[in-house]
Amino acid sequence: MIADALPLDEAGKYVAAAYLVFLALILIYVSIMGVRLQRLQQDLDELLELAEDPGSQRPAARAAETGDPRTGTGAQR
Amino acid sequence: MSLRALSTATVVTLTGAFALVFFYAPNDADQGFIQKIFYVHVPMAMIALFGFVAGAVCAIQHLRTRESKWDLRSYVFIHLSLILGVGVLITGSIWARASWGHWWVWDEPTLVSFLIVFLLYACYQPLRFSIEDRARQARYASVFAVTAGAFVPLNFLAVRLAQAYTHPRVFATTDGGLPPKMQLTFYVALLGMTLLYVTLWRYEIAAKLARGRVRALKRKLGGDDRIVVGRSAAPQL
Repeated sequence: MIADALPLDEAGKYVAAAYLVFLALILIYVSIMGVRLQRLQQDLDELLELAEDPGSQRPAARAAETGDPRTGTGAQR
Repeated sequence: MSLRALSTATVVTLTGAFALVFFYAPNDADQGFIQKIFYVHVPMAMIALFGFVAGAVCAIQHLRTRESKWDLRSYVFIHLSLILGVGVLITGSIWARASWGHWWVWDEPTLVSFLIVFLLYACYQPLRFSIEDRARQARYASVFAVTAGAFVPLNFLAVRLAQAYTHPRVFATTDGGLPPKMQLTFYVALLGMTLLYVTLWRYEIAAKLARGRVRALKRKLGGDDRIVVGRSAAPQL
């Protein structure tokens, strides 16, 4: 069932496509990791703010005071 | 091994493997240059299947000990194997098109059995997402991972049972295995793929653990000690 070997110019396209698929997958994965790392950094910045000024940023306490549930817990990602 | 050393080893090995593929390994006598796809497709398939099995082993550990770290490990193994699985299917299709003239051959047991395993595991994330209770989610996911893991050997069996002319055997010992140059290239590519998988696995685990710790710290510092309830397919730490 295996056909004759393709000429180099035609086979090259398929081989390049296969390796590009692999590289693209890795690239997409690393990009997603990068975005997640950015998010983590934002969270750390928030934590730093909370640690420096603990009185001003207490979402749950603020929610209890204002009665606004939206300020209570963050949405789960 | 530190994550940095592991990452360096991965980059070096994969670069070396690709150099061997294009500058050292000879062209296949039957398929010619198109056979070069083999060095990326087969290691990816082998590592993806290994990851599914490793996920099942971790799931067994989770069911035995009820420790969430095993659920996390199982989740990451399956998650990464699914990504590699996408690569296997696409590169396999490209190779099939070039070699056989078709993107997909439905009566080829290797292809179809891999697709079945892949589709089975593709249900893993939706299953997790559909269960809100964390403990139940982890338990059900582990049972699923163990059950699905039993299907993986079927794929290996299919390769062995497949007609030799349709899906050639790579490590045949009697009727001509790989020539030494091709064998060396393949082993380096397999090592590179293994290192890549282990590196990504460790990055993912480290990222998930860091995220869990940051969340816990945020809850404490923010004065909110309640456990946040929300839907997520990822294990909650």
